[in-house]
Amino acid sequence: MKISRLLKTIFMIDFVTGLLIAIKETFKTKKTINYPFEKGSLGIRSRGEHALRRYPNGEERCIACKLCEAVCPAQAITIESKERDDGSRKTIRYDIDMLKCIYCGLCEESCPVDAIVQGPNFEFATETREELYYTKERLLENGDRWENILAANIKADSSHR
Amino acid sequence: MDSYFLILFTEIYKILFLLVPVLVSVAMIVWLDRRVWAFVQKRRGPNVVGPFGLFQSLADALKYIFKEVIIPASSNKLVFVLAPVVTMTLALISWAVIPFSEDFVLADINVGILYLFAVSSLGVYGIIMGGWASNSKYPFLGAIRSAAQMVSYEVSIGVIIINVLLCVGSLNLSDIVMAQQNLWFVIPLFPMFVIFFISALAETNRPPFDLPEAEAELVAGYQTEYSGMMYAMFWLGEYANILLMCAMGAVLFLGGWLSPIDIFPFNAIPGPFWLIFKILFLFILFALVKATVPRYRYDQLMKLGWKIFLPFSLFYVVLTSSFLLYFDLLPGK
Repeated sequence: MKISRLLKTIFMIDFVTGLLIAIKETFKTKKTINYPFEKGSLGIRSRGEHALRRYPNGEERCIACKLCEAVCPAQAITIESKERDDGSRKTIRYDIDMLKCIYCGLCEESCPVDAIVQGPNFEFATETREELYYTKERLLENGDRWENILAANIKADSSHR
Repeated sequence: MDSYFLILFTEIYKILFLLVPVLVSVAMIVWLDRRVWAFVQKRRGPNVVGPFGLFQSLADALKYIFKEVIIPASSNKLVFVLAPVVTMTLALISWAVIPFSEDFVLADINVGILYLFAVSSLGVYGIIMGGWASNSKYPFLGAIRSAAQMVSYEVSIGVIIINVLLCVGSLNLSDIVMAQQNLWFVIPLFPMFVIFFISALAETNRPPFDLPEAEAELVAGYQTEYSGMMYAMFWLGEYANILLMCAMGAVLFLGGWLSPIDIFPFNAIPGPFWLIFKILFLFILFALVKATVPRYRYDQLMKLGWKIFLPFSLFYVVLTSSFLLYFDLLPGK
Protein backbone atom coordinates (compact mmCIF):
# COMPACT_ATOMS: atom_id res chain seq x y z
CA MET A 1 0.00 0.00 0.00
CA LYS A 2 1.35 3.39 -0.96
CA ILE A 3 1.97 5.94 1.79
CA SER A 4 -0.45 8.45 0.26
CA ARG A 5 -3.18 5.81 0.13
CA LEU A 6 -2.50 4.86 3.74
CA LEU A 7 -2.72 8.47 4.89
CA LYS A 8 -5.93 8.89 2.92
CA THR A 9 -7.42 5.89 4.72
CA ILE A 10 -6.28 6.94 8.19
CA PHE A 11 -7.59 10.50 7.91
CA MET A 12 -10.72 9.31 6.04
CA ILE A 13 -10.19 11.93 3.32
CA ASP A 14 -12.66 10.30 0.94
CA PHE A 15 -15.33 10.05 3.60
CA VAL A 16 -14.90 13.66 4.72
CA THR A 17 -15.02 14.85 1.10
CA GLY A 18 -18.24 12.94 0.60
CA LEU A 19 -19.70 14.37 3.78
CA LEU A 20 -18.85 17.92 2.71
CA ILE A 21 -20.48 17.33 -0.67
CA ALA A 22 -23.56 16.02 1.12
CA ILE A 23 -23.71 19.14 3.28
CA LYS A 24 -23.31 21.35 0.20
CA GLU A 25 -26.11 19.55 -1.64
CA THR A 26 -28.41 20.11 1.34
CA PHE A 27 -28.67 23.82 0.59
CA LYS A 28 -29.33 23.54 -3.14
CA THR A 29 -32.79 23.92 -4.63
CA LYS A 30 -34.94 20.81 -4.57
CA LYS A 31 -35.35 18.76 -7.71
CA THR A 32 -38.75 17.37 -6.74
CA ILE A 33 -42.03 19.31 -6.86
CA ASN A 34 -44.21 19.71 -3.80
CA TYR A 35 -46.75 17.33 -5.31
CA PRO A 36 -50.24 17.75 -3.89
CA PHE A 37 -49.75 21.54 -3.90
CA GLU A 38 -47.69 21.85 -7.09
CA LYS A 39 -48.19 19.79 -10.21
CA GLY A 40 -46.02 19.03 -13.17
CA SER A 41 -47.15 19.90 -16.69
CA LEU A 42 -48.95 17.28 -18.77
CA GLY A 43 -48.61 16.68 -22.50
CA ILE A 44 -51.61 17.08 -24.78
CA ARG A 45 -51.63 13.33 -25.45
CA SER A 46 -51.47 12.31 -21.77
CA ARG A 47 -53.63 9.26 -21.16
CA GLY A 48 -55.57 9.52 -17.93
CA GLU A 49 -59.17 8.93 -16.96
CA HIS A 50 -61.60 8.12 -19.78
CA ALA A 51 -64.43 10.35 -20.93
CA LEU A 52 -67.26 10.08 -23.48
CA ARG A 53 -67.72 13.32 -25.41
CA ARG A 54 -70.82 15.00 -26.83
CA TYR A 55 -71.41 17.20 -29.88
CA PRO A 56 -71.95 20.88 -29.10
CA ASN A 57 -75.71 20.38 -29.47
CA GLY A 58 -75.68 17.86 -26.64
CA GLU A 59 -75.93 14.71 -28.77
CA GLU A 60 -73.67 11.80 -27.78
CA ARG A 61 -70.85 11.27 -30.23
CA CYS A 62 -70.65 7.51 -29.75
CA ILE A 63 -72.24 5.56 -32.62
CA ALA A 64 -71.76 2.14 -30.99
CA CYS A 65 -69.42 0.85 -33.70
CA LYS A 66 -67.67 -1.19 -31.02
CA LEU A 67 -64.22 -0.64 -32.51
CA CYS A 68 -62.89 0.30 -29.09
CA GLU A 69 -64.37 -2.83 -27.57
CA ALA A 70 -62.70 -4.90 -30.29
CA VAL A 71 -59.30 -3.21 -30.06
CA CYS A 72 -59.08 -3.10 -26.27
CA PRO A 73 -56.16 -5.41 -25.37
CA ALA A 74 -57.31 -5.78 -21.79
CA GLN A 75 -60.94 -6.35 -22.78
CA ALA A 76 -61.98 -3.72 -20.30
CA ILE A 77 -64.77 -2.21 -22.43
CA THR A 78 -68.30 -3.65 -22.67
CA ILE A 79 -70.81 -2.10 -25.09
CA GLU A 80 -74.44 -2.92 -25.85
CA SER A 81 -76.34 -1.01 -28.52
CA LYS A 82 -79.87 -0.50 -29.71
CA GLU A 83 -81.61 1.41 -32.49
CA ARG A 84 -83.17 4.57 -31.23
CA ASP A 85 -86.65 5.84 -32.30
CA ASP A 86 -85.11 8.28 -34.80
CA GLY A 87 -83.25 5.40 -36.50
CA SER A 88 -79.74 6.18 -35.17
CA ARG A 89 -77.68 3.50 -33.48
CA LYS A 90 -76.71 4.43 -29.93
CA THR A 91 -75.23 2.63 -26.95
CA ILE A 92 -77.47 1.60 -24.11
CA ARG A 93 -74.52 0.42 -22.10
CA TYR A 94 -70.90 1.55 -22.16
CA ASP A 95 -68.84 0.18 -19.28
CA ILE A 96 -65.13 0.47 -18.68
CA ASP A 97 -63.49 -1.56 -15.97
CA MET A 98 -60.82 0.93 -14.90
CA LEU A 99 -59.01 -1.81 -12.99
CA LYS A 100 -58.54 -3.94 -16.11
CA CYS A 101 -57.66 -0.96 -18.29
CA ILE A 102 -53.96 -0.60 -19.07
CA TYR A 103 -54.29 3.02 -20.29
CA CYS A 104 -52.76 2.22 -23.70
CA GLY A 105 -54.90 4.74 -25.59
CA LEU A 106 -55.96 2.33 -28.35
CA CYS A 107 -59.67 3.02 -27.78
CA GLU A 108 -59.10 6.71 -28.31
CA GLU A 109 -57.06 5.99 -31.45
CA SER A 110 -59.63 3.63 -32.91
CA CYS A 111 -62.64 5.88 -32.35
CA PRO A 112 -63.88 7.32 -35.71
CA VAL A 113 -65.89 10.13 -34.09
CA ASP A 114 -63.56 11.14 -31.19
CA ALA A 115 -66.17 9.97 -28.69
CA ILE A 116 -64.10 7.98 -26.22
CA VAL A 117 -61.01 9.89 -25.15
CA GLN A 118 -58.53 9.76 -22.35
CA GLY A 119 -58.30 13.03 -20.49
CA PRO A 120 -55.61 14.68 -18.39
CA ASN A 121 -57.07 13.62 -15.03
CA PHE A 122 -55.01 10.93 -13.32
CA GLU A 123 -56.16 11.49 -9.74
CA PHE A 124 -59.24 9.29 -9.57
CA ALA A 125 -58.18 6.82 -6.90
CA THR A 126 -61.04 5.42 -4.82
CA GLU A 127 -61.40 3.46 -1.61
CA THR A 128 -63.35 0.53 -3.09
CA ARG A 129 -62.99 -1.48 -6.28
CA GLU A 130 -66.66 -1.03 -7.17
CA GLU A 131 -66.24 2.71 -7.66
CA LEU A 132 -63.81 2.02 -10.50
CA TYR A 133 -66.30 0.12 -12.67
CA TYR A 134 -67.27 3.13 -14.80
CA THR A 135 -70.67 3.24 -16.45
CA LYS A 136 -71.90 5.27 -19.41
CA GLU A 137 -73.35 7.97 -17.13
CA ARG A 138 -70.06 8.38 -15.32
CA LEU A 139 -68.12 8.59 -18.58
CA LEU A 140 -70.50 11.15 -20.08
CA GLU A 141 -70.28 13.20 -16.91
CA ASN A 142 -66.48 13.13 -17.20
CA GLY A 143 -66.83 14.27 -20.79
CA ASP A 144 -69.01 17.21 -19.77
CA ARG A 145 -66.65 18.17 -16.98
CA TRP A 146 -63.42 18.06 -19.01
CA GLU A 147 -64.84 19.05 -22.44
CA ASN A 148 -62.89 22.33 -22.71
CA ILE A 149 -59.52 20.72 -22.11
CA LEU A 150 -60.36 17.64 -24.19
CA ALA A 151 -61.45 19.68 -27.20
CA ALA A 152 -58.39 21.92 -26.93
CA ASN A 153 -56.06 18.89 -26.71
CA ILE A 154 -57.65 17.20 -29.73
CA LYS A 155 -57.41 20.41 -31.74
CA ALA A 156 -53.77 20.91 -30.77
CA ASP A 157 -52.98 17.34 -31.79
CA SER A 158 -55.06 17.37 -34.99
CA SER A 159 -52.12 17.96 -37.37
CA HIS A 160 -50.56 14.66 -36.23
CA ARG A 161 -53.69 12.53 -36.64
CA MET B 1 -46.16 4.81 55.09
CA ASP B 2 -47.00 8.29 53.89
CA SER B 3 -43.38 9.14 53.23
CA TYR B 4 -43.04 5.89 51.26
CA PHE B 5 -45.82 6.91 48.89
CA LEU B 6 -44.46 10.42 48.69
CA ILE B 7 -41.09 9.10 47.55
CA LEU B 8 -42.78 6.67 45.16
CA PHE B 9 -44.86 9.39 43.54
CA THR B 10 -41.99 11.86 43.26
CA GLU B 11 -39.90 9.12 41.65
CA ILE B 12 -42.66 8.22 39.19
CA TYR B 13 -43.12 11.90 38.43
CA LYS B 14 -39.41 12.29 37.77
CA ILE B 15 -39.37 9.20 35.55
CA LEU B 16 -42.29 10.48 33.50
CA PHE B 17 -40.69 13.91 33.35
CA LEU B 18 -37.72 12.26 31.68
CA LEU B 19 -39.34 9.51 29.60
CA VAL B 20 -42.16 11.46 27.98
CA PRO B 21 -39.78 14.04 26.46
CA VAL B 22 -37.47 11.21 25.39
CA LEU B 23 -40.31 9.41 23.59
CA VAL B 24 -41.53 12.61 21.95
CA SER B 25 -38.02 13.49 20.86
CA VAL B 26 -37.62 10.00 19.42
CA ALA B 27 -40.61 10.73 17.20
CA MET B 28 -39.16 14.11 16.25
CA ILE B 29 -35.75 12.60 15.58
CA VAL B 30 -37.25 10.15 13.08
CA TRP B 31 -38.70 13.12 11.25
CA LEU B 32 -35.35 14.92 11.40
CA ASP B 33 -33.58 11.84 10.10
CA ARG B 34 -35.90 11.50 7.11
CA ARG B 35 -35.77 15.21 6.44
CA VAL B 36 -31.94 15.41 6.46
CA TRP B 37 -31.79 12.32 4.27
CA ALA B 38 -34.20 13.91 1.82
CA PHE B 39 -32.36 17.24 1.80
CA VAL B 40 -29.05 15.61 0.93
CA GLN B 41 -30.78 13.90 -1.98
CA LYS B 42 -32.45 17.19 -3.01
CA ARG B 43 -35.89 15.88 -2.13
CA ARG B 44 -38.38 17.55 0.18
CA GLY B 45 -39.02 14.77 2.68
CA PRO B 46 -42.12 14.60 4.88
CA ASN B 47 -43.54 18.15 4.88
CA VAL B 48 -47.32 17.78 4.86
CA VAL B 49 -48.45 16.67 8.34
CA GLY B 50 -48.24 19.66 10.68
CA PRO B 51 -45.78 22.56 10.39
CA PHE B 52 -42.81 21.39 8.23
CA GLY B 53 -44.22 17.86 8.55
CA LEU B 54 -43.24 17.73 12.23
CA PHE B 55 -46.16 15.47 13.12
CA GLN B 56 -45.34 12.89 10.45
CA SER B 57 -44.02 10.45 13.05
CA LEU B 58 -47.15 10.80 15.15
CA ALA B 59 -49.26 10.03 12.08
CA ASP B 60 -47.06 7.01 11.37
CA ALA B 61 -47.36 5.85 14.98
CA LEU B 62 -51.13 6.17 14.77
CA LYS B 63 -51.11 4.08 11.62
CA TYR B 64 -49.03 1.38 13.33
CA ILE B 65 -51.33 1.33 16.34
CA PHE B 66 -54.38 0.64 14.21
CA LYS B 67 -52.71 -2.05 12.12
CA GLU B 68 -53.21 -5.70 12.85
CA VAL B 69 -50.41 -7.45 14.71
CA ILE B 70 -49.62 -10.68 12.91
CA ILE B 71 -47.91 -13.42 14.91
CA PRO B 72 -46.59 -16.16 12.60
CA ALA B 73 -48.07 -19.60 13.31
CA SER B 74 -44.68 -21.30 13.52
CA SER B 75 -43.12 -18.69 15.80
CA ASN B 76 -42.33 -19.04 19.46
CA LYS B 77 -45.13 -16.75 20.56
CA LEU B 78 -43.95 -15.71 24.00
CA VAL B 79 -40.43 -14.81 22.88
CA PHE B 80 -41.77 -13.23 19.72
CA VAL B 81 -43.96 -10.84 21.69
CA LEU B 82 -41.28 -10.24 24.31
CA ALA B 83 -38.53 -9.22 21.86
CA PRO B 84 -39.77 -5.71 20.94
CA VAL B 85 -40.69 -5.07 24.57
CA VAL B 86 -37.16 -5.97 25.66
CA THR B 87 -35.60 -3.78 22.97
CA MET B 88 -37.67 -0.77 23.88
CA THR B 89 -37.40 -1.18 27.65
CA LEU B 90 -33.62 -1.50 27.50
CA ALA B 91 -33.35 1.52 25.25
CA LEU B 92 -35.38 3.59 27.71
CA ILE B 93 -33.95 2.50 31.08
CA SER B 94 -30.47 3.62 30.10
CA TRP B 95 -31.68 7.21 30.16
CA ALA B 96 -31.86 7.01 33.96
CA VAL B 97 -28.17 7.79 34.38
CA ILE B 98 -27.70 10.48 31.72
CA PRO B 99 -27.04 13.75 33.60
CA PHE B 100 -28.95 16.71 32.13
CA SER B 101 -27.46 19.22 34.52
CA GLU B 102 -25.62 19.32 37.84
CA ASP B 103 -28.75 18.48 39.82
CA PHE B 104 -31.04 16.83 37.25
CA VAL B 105 -30.13 13.19 36.91
CA LEU B 106 -32.60 10.44 37.71
CA ALA B 107 -30.13 8.01 39.26
CA ASP B 108 -26.80 9.55 40.21
CA ILE B 109 -25.08 6.20 40.74
CA ASN B 110 -21.32 6.02 41.00
CA VAL B 111 -21.00 3.28 38.38
CA GLY B 112 -23.12 5.14 35.81
CA ILE B 113 -20.96 4.35 32.83
CA LEU B 114 -20.83 0.65 33.73
CA TYR B 115 -24.62 0.64 34.00
CA LEU B 116 -24.93 2.26 30.58
CA PHE B 117 -22.52 -0.22 29.11
CA ALA B 118 -24.24 -3.22 30.70
CA VAL B 119 -27.69 -2.15 29.52
CA SER B 120 -26.56 -1.40 25.99
CA SER B 121 -24.91 -4.84 25.86
CA LEU B 122 -28.22 -6.40 26.81
CA GLY B 123 -29.79 -4.62 23.82
CA VAL B 124 -28.55 -7.37 21.54
CA TYR B 125 -30.90 -9.84 23.25
CA GLY B 126 -34.00 -8.13 21.93
CA ILE B 127 -32.70 -8.58 18.42
CA ILE B 128 -31.58 -12.18 18.91
CA MET B 129 -34.94 -13.06 20.49
CA GLY B 130 -36.83 -11.41 17.66
CA GLY B 131 -34.78 -13.12 14.99
CA TRP B 132 -34.87 -16.53 16.59
CA ALA B 133 -38.52 -16.54 17.64
CA SER B 134 -39.70 -15.56 14.15
CA ASN B 135 -38.64 -19.05 12.98
CA SER B 136 -37.90 -17.81 9.51
CA LYS B 137 -34.66 -17.58 7.56
CA TYR B 138 -34.28 -13.84 6.95
CA PRO B 139 -34.87 -12.77 10.56
CA PHE B 140 -32.55 -15.54 11.69
CA LEU B 141 -29.72 -14.45 9.41
CA GLY B 142 -30.30 -10.83 10.38
CA ALA B 143 -30.15 -11.70 14.06
CA ILE B 144 -26.90 -13.64 13.64
CA ARG B 145 -25.29 -10.74 11.83
CA SER B 146 -26.60 -8.26 14.34
CA ALA B 147 -25.36 -10.27 17.32
CA ALA B 148 -21.87 -10.62 15.85
CA GLN B 149 -21.73 -6.96 14.89
CA MET B 150 -22.99 -5.53 18.17
CA VAL B 151 -20.75 -7.75 20.27
CA SER B 152 -17.67 -6.85 18.20
CA TYR B 153 -18.19 -3.13 18.38
CA GLU B 154 -19.10 -3.21 22.05
CA VAL B 155 -15.56 -4.40 22.73
CA SER B 156 -14.00 -1.37 21.06
CA ILE B 157 -16.50 0.99 22.71
CA GLY B 158 -15.47 -0.52 26.06
CA VAL B 159 -11.81 0.18 25.38
CA ILE B 160 -12.61 3.73 24.23
CA ILE B 161 -14.49 4.34 27.47
CA ILE B 162 -11.40 3.20 29.40
CA ASN B 163 -9.52 6.07 27.73
CA VAL B 164 -12.02 8.55 29.08
CA LEU B 165 -12.10 6.95 32.51
CA LEU B 166 -8.31 7.19 32.76
CA CYS B 167 -8.62 10.94 32.40
CA VAL B 168 -11.48 11.23 34.91
CA GLY B 169 -10.80 8.70 37.62
CA SER B 170 -14.49 8.08 38.27
CA LEU B 171 -17.30 6.02 36.76
CA ASN B 172 -19.94 8.59 37.66
CA LEU B 173 -21.29 10.37 34.58
CA SER B 174 -21.66 13.70 36.40
CA ASP B 175 -18.00 13.48 37.44
CA ILE B 176 -17.06 12.73 33.84
CA VAL B 177 -18.80 15.92 32.73
CA MET B 178 -17.29 17.99 35.54
CA ALA B 179 -13.80 16.76 34.60
CA GLN B 180 -14.27 18.40 31.20
CA GLN B 181 -14.73 21.92 32.59
CA ASN B 182 -11.37 23.11 31.30
CA LEU B 183 -10.99 20.94 28.23
CA TRP B 184 -13.51 18.76 26.46
CA PHE B 185 -12.17 15.26 25.93
CA VAL B 186 -12.87 15.53 22.22
CA ILE B 187 -9.65 17.58 21.86
CA PRO B 188 -7.05 15.36 23.53
CA LEU B 189 -8.88 12.14 22.60
CA PHE B 190 -10.00 13.13 19.09
CA PRO B 191 -9.10 9.80 17.41
CA MET B 192 -11.06 8.03 20.13
CA PHE B 193 -14.04 10.28 19.47
CA VAL B 194 -13.99 9.36 15.79
CA ILE B 195 -13.75 5.67 16.59
CA PHE B 196 -16.49 6.01 19.19
CA PHE B 197 -18.72 7.66 16.61
CA ILE B 198 -18.14 4.94 14.03
CA SER B 199 -18.61 2.20 16.62
CA ALA B 200 -21.83 3.88 17.74
CA LEU B 201 -23.05 3.69 14.15
CA ALA B 202 -22.29 -0.02 14.11
CA GLU B 203 -23.71 -0.56 17.59
CA THR B 204 -27.08 0.93 16.66
CA ASN B 205 -27.22 -0.81 13.25
CA ARG B 206 -27.17 2.48 11.39
CA PRO B 207 -25.92 2.83 7.84
CA PRO B 208 -23.23 2.18 6.68
CA PHE B 209 -23.33 -0.73 9.12
CA ASP B 210 -27.02 -1.63 8.74
CA LEU B 211 -26.22 -5.19 7.68
CA PRO B 212 -28.74 -6.76 10.09
CA GLU B 213 -31.55 -5.15 8.14
CA ALA B 214 -29.87 -4.94 4.73
CA GLU B 215 -33.01 -4.67 2.67
CA ALA B 216 -31.32 -5.83 -0.52
CA GLU B 217 -30.40 -9.19 0.95
CA LEU B 218 -32.44 -9.81 4.08
CA VAL B 219 -35.80 -8.11 3.41
CA ALA B 220 -35.77 -6.30 6.77
CA GLY B 221 -33.51 -8.54 8.85
CA TYR B 222 -34.80 -9.42 12.29
CA GLN B 223 -37.91 -7.24 11.85
CA THR B 224 -39.18 -9.11 8.79
CA GLU B 225 -42.00 -10.97 10.55
CA TYR B 226 -43.08 -8.05 12.73
CA SER B 227 -46.05 -5.86 12.00
CA GLY B 228 -48.18 -3.17 13.55
CA MET B 229 -47.35 -1.94 17.02
CA MET B 230 -44.65 -4.55 17.62
CA TYR B 231 -42.75 -3.29 14.60
CA ALA B 232 -43.24 0.27 15.82
CA MET B 233 -41.76 -0.71 19.18
CA PHE B 234 -38.63 -2.08 17.53
CA TRP B 235 -38.45 1.11 15.56
CA LEU B 236 -38.88 3.30 18.65
CA GLY B 237 -36.30 1.25 20.54
CA GLU B 238 -33.84 1.58 17.70
CA TYR B 239 -34.14 5.35 17.57
CA ALA B 240 -34.09 5.66 21.37
CA ASN B 241 -30.83 3.70 21.23
CA ILE B 242 -29.44 6.05 18.61
CA LEU B 243 -30.36 9.04 20.77
CA LEU B 244 -28.77 7.34 23.75
CA MET B 245 -25.55 6.76 21.81
CA CYS B 246 -25.56 10.46 20.85
CA ALA B 247 -26.11 11.38 24.50
CA MET B 248 -23.24 9.10 25.50
CA GLY B 249 -20.99 10.74 22.95
CA ALA B 250 -22.02 14.17 24.21
CA VAL B 251 -21.37 13.26 27.85
CA LEU B 252 -18.09 11.42 27.28
CA PHE B 253 -16.46 13.70 24.73
CA LEU B 254 -18.41 16.92 24.23
CA GLY B 255 -18.70 18.02 27.83
CA GLY B 256 -22.33 17.09 28.53
CA TRP B 257 -24.27 20.05 29.87
CA LEU B 258 -21.26 22.40 29.93
CA SER B 259 -21.28 25.42 27.64
CA PRO B 260 -18.44 25.58 25.07
CA ILE B 261 -16.99 28.79 26.53
CA ASP B 262 -17.63 29.92 30.10
CA ILE B 263 -18.49 33.53 29.22
CA PHE B 264 -21.73 35.45 29.47
CA PRO B 265 -24.07 34.73 26.53
CA PHE B 266 -23.12 31.06 26.52
CA ASN B 267 -23.23 30.17 30.19
CA ALA B 268 -26.60 31.91 30.59
CA ILE B 269 -28.22 29.11 28.59
CA PRO B 270 -29.24 26.35 31.02
CA GLY B 271 -27.31 23.08 30.97
CA PRO B 272 -30.01 20.76 29.60
CA PHE B 273 -30.22 22.88 26.45
CA TRP B 274 -26.52 22.52 25.83
CA LEU B 275 -26.83 18.74 26.19
CA ILE B 276 -29.77 18.73 23.77
CA PHE B 277 -27.83 20.85 21.27
CA LYS B 278 -24.92 18.44 21.45
CA ILE B 279 -27.16 15.40 21.05
CA LEU B 280 -28.82 17.04 18.05
CA PHE B 281 -25.45 17.90 16.52
CA LEU B 282 -24.31 14.30 16.82
CA PHE B 283 -27.63 13.03 15.48
CA ILE B 284 -27.47 15.27 12.42
CA LEU B 285 -24.01 13.85 11.82
CA PHE B 286 -25.55 10.35 12.09
CA ALA B 287 -28.19 11.30 9.54
CA LEU B 288 -25.65 12.85 7.16
CA VAL B 289 -23.50 9.73 7.32
CA LYS B 290 -26.56 7.64 6.52
CA ALA B 291 -27.18 9.74 3.43
CA THR B 292 -23.55 9.78 2.32
CA VAL B 293 -21.92 6.38 2.52
CA PRO B 294 -22.80 3.00 0.97
CA ARG B 295 -23.21 -0.12 3.08
CA TYR B 296 -20.17 -2.07 4.25
CA ARG B 297 -19.55 -5.65 3.27
CA TYR B 298 -19.79 -8.08 6.18
CA ASP B 299 -16.12 -9.15 6.18
CA GLN B 300 -15.02 -5.51 5.96
CA LEU B 301 -17.19 -4.76 8.97
CA MET B 302 -15.59 -7.52 11.03
CA LYS B 303 -12.10 -6.55 9.86
CA LEU B 304 -12.70 -2.92 10.81
CA GLY B 305 -13.96 -3.85 14.26
CA TRP B 306 -11.44 -6.47 15.31
CA LYS B 307 -8.30 -5.73 13.33
CA ILE B 308 -8.29 -1.93 13.28
CA PHE B 309 -10.44 -0.35 15.96
CA LEU B 310 -9.63 -2.75 18.80
CA PRO B 311 -5.81 -2.67 18.44
CA PHE B 312 -5.81 1.06 17.83
CA SER B 313 -7.93 1.89 20.86
CA LEU B 314 -5.83 -0.47 23.00
CA PHE B 315 -2.72 1.34 21.76
CA TYR B 316 -4.36 4.62 22.66
CA VAL B 317 -5.06 3.37 26.18
CA VAL B 318 -1.34 2.74 26.60
CA LEU B 319 -0.58 6.14 25.10
CA THR B 320 -3.04 7.98 27.34
CA SER B 321 -1.96 6.24 30.52
CA SER B 322 1.76 6.71 29.86
CA PHE B 323 1.15 10.37 29.03
CA LEU B 324 -0.79 10.88 32.24
CA LEU B 325 1.87 9.03 34.26
CA TYR B 326 4.82 10.85 32.72
CA PHE B 327 3.36 14.33 33.21
CA ASP B 328 1.94 13.37 36.60
CA LEU B 329 -1.61 14.28 35.58
CA LEU B 330 -3.32 11.16 36.92
CA PRO B 331 -6.67 12.03 38.52
CA GLY B 332 -7.32 11.38 42.19
CA LYS B 333 -3.81 12.30 43.27
